[in-house]
Amino acid sequence: MGVLIECKELAFSYEDVDVIKDLSFTISEGDYLCIVGENGSGKSTLTKGLLGLKSPDKGKIIFSDNLKKKDIGYLPQQTPAQKDFPASVFEVVLSGRLNSRGLRPFYSKADKMTAHENIHKLGIEELMKRSYRDLSGGQQQRVLLARALCAGKKLLFLDEPVTGLDPIVTEEMYRLIEDLNKTDKITIVMVSHDIKSAARYATHILHLNSEKSFFGTTQQYINSPLGQYFFGEV
Amino acid sequence: MINELIEMFSNDFMIRALIGGTLVSLCASLLGVSLVLKRYSMIGDGLSHVGFGALAVASAIGAAAPLQIAIPVVVIAAFFLLRISENGKIKGDAAIALISTSALAVGITVASVSGLNTDINSYLFGSIIAMDTGDVVFCSILSVFILIMFVFFYNKIFAVTFDENFARATGTKAGVYNMIIALLTALTIVVGMKMMGSMLISSLIIFPAVISMRVCSRFKTVIITSASVSVLCFFIGLTSSYTYSAPTGASIVIVNMIALLIAIVIGKFVKKRR
Ligand SMILES: Nc1ncnc2c1ncn2[C@@H]1O[C@H](COP(=O)(O)OP(=O)(O)OP(=O)(O)O)[C@@H](O)[C@H]1O
Ligand SMILES: [Mg+2]
Repeated sequence: MGVLIECKELAFSYEDVDVIKDLSFTISEGDYLCIVGENGSGKSTLTKGLLGLKSPDKGKIIFSDNLKKKDIGYLPQQTPAQKDFPASVFEVVLSGRLNSRGLRPFYSKADKMTAHENIHKLGIEELMKRSYRDLSGGQQQRVLLARALCAGKKLLFLDEPVTGLDPIVTEEMYRLIEDLNKTDKITIVMVSHDIKSAARYATHILHLNSEKSFFGTTQQYINSPLGQYFFGEV
Repeated sequence: MINELIEMFSNDFMIRALIGGTLVSLCASLLGVSLVLKRYSMIGDGLSHVGFGALAVASAIGAAAPLQIAIPVVVIAAFFLLRISENGKIKGDAAIALISTSALAVGITVASVSGLNTDINSYLFGSIIAMDTGDVVFCSILSVFILIMFVFFYNKIFAVTFDENFARATGTKAGVYNMIIALLTALTIVVGMKMMGSMLISSLIIFPAVISMRVCSRFKTVIITSASVSVLCFFIGLTSSYTYSAPTGASIVIVNMIALLIAIVIGKFVKKRR
């Protein structure tokens, strides 16, 4: 399995406050990486770094040659402004295709086909004509996931995809993501607060911690001191 | 009614106002949707005051074409205000208010010291007879340019309006498109200022967008409704301003206000039905 992203001795800070220090890890094709850690440990900051929205103070993020920006899909945490945005579901999903358009102004038939396929894959056909702002949180999350799939088919970043969803919808969401990873061979990087579910689905875990961060396979994590703290004697 | 309209538009200045105003209303209403959704409404307001300052100073020093001189100033101010709102470190809205009131103060002072008192009024509150043929040609060229740019970048504008971080993360140059939105806004404001007046031009940007968002739920229909509402309100405002010899800019804003009230009622009704 080829390496997609390699991070070496990363450091991030805001003004004078160090958030992440000396962090190294790799993301390989087919991985399902979960980034966990308490509030303020820098999960969102690291995600921004990996997506190129914030540059690191030190260290390097090396993208492999066959991973372009337009291979990346992203499911961001929703902003309050978006929640009542007047747009149809189809318009939102289709906008994921923008990165493959370059300067050409309008979407092609193929772009619309891709949007339809992803809408079908996530089972939101009935919502297609509805307005995004009239949907429930879980429905909106699915729409944004469909948009993410329109944007990139190699690597998917998910920032707290199940926050605010009820237990049943949460479970569905996890299944869906697992399916994308196993069946469609999409590499997943997911930020999560739910360490137990993370351990159940992920192949690798990155636990951010102000003292000592952990990176390794899920099994290594469960056996590590940090993992033991959450899982007890297994 | 028809006869009155025919009589009204037998005046050359009314034809000029109609052409210029329709184009400006179109541009402003299209951009307005994006600005309101991005929470950038204050930028429009700030820019119009900067535009007034630039116009007043340009006229005071006796420049041949004050409108044309105002353009670069307002464009630079637009990029600057955009930066302030984007990095969000300083209190963005406070900074915009500071800049806009300062520009207004400088403009008024320069204009009255240099004895431009009659012009001040028309720059501040607009005037139906303010546009000469040169202005109309200039406004029309700019407006057509703005409209073409808007259609060309429509999908990009949607993407950076809905979710800038997503666009950026997946490889769209969001910064460039934000600049384009700011540039087009600046041009629209300069173009509309003479007729609407700098105090009221930002209403052309904000009202139609808010009105259409009340009743429509898809981005494309919001855009189309916003444009139609804007042009219609402009026409009603212009003709009633002629009939009652009321100030043009203010009449148009009042018509927009009434339209908003109607939209709120319709919006409630539509929500209930769903
Ligand atoms: N724009 C900012 N300016 C200054 N400090 C910031 C900024 N964003 C985050 N921080 C600080 O950086 C630290 C890490 O924040 P980050 O949002 O990455 O945490 P997180 O792990 O995502 O937390 P959460 O679980 O609450 O989402 C926090 O201490 C936060 O206060
Ligand atoms: Mg976070």
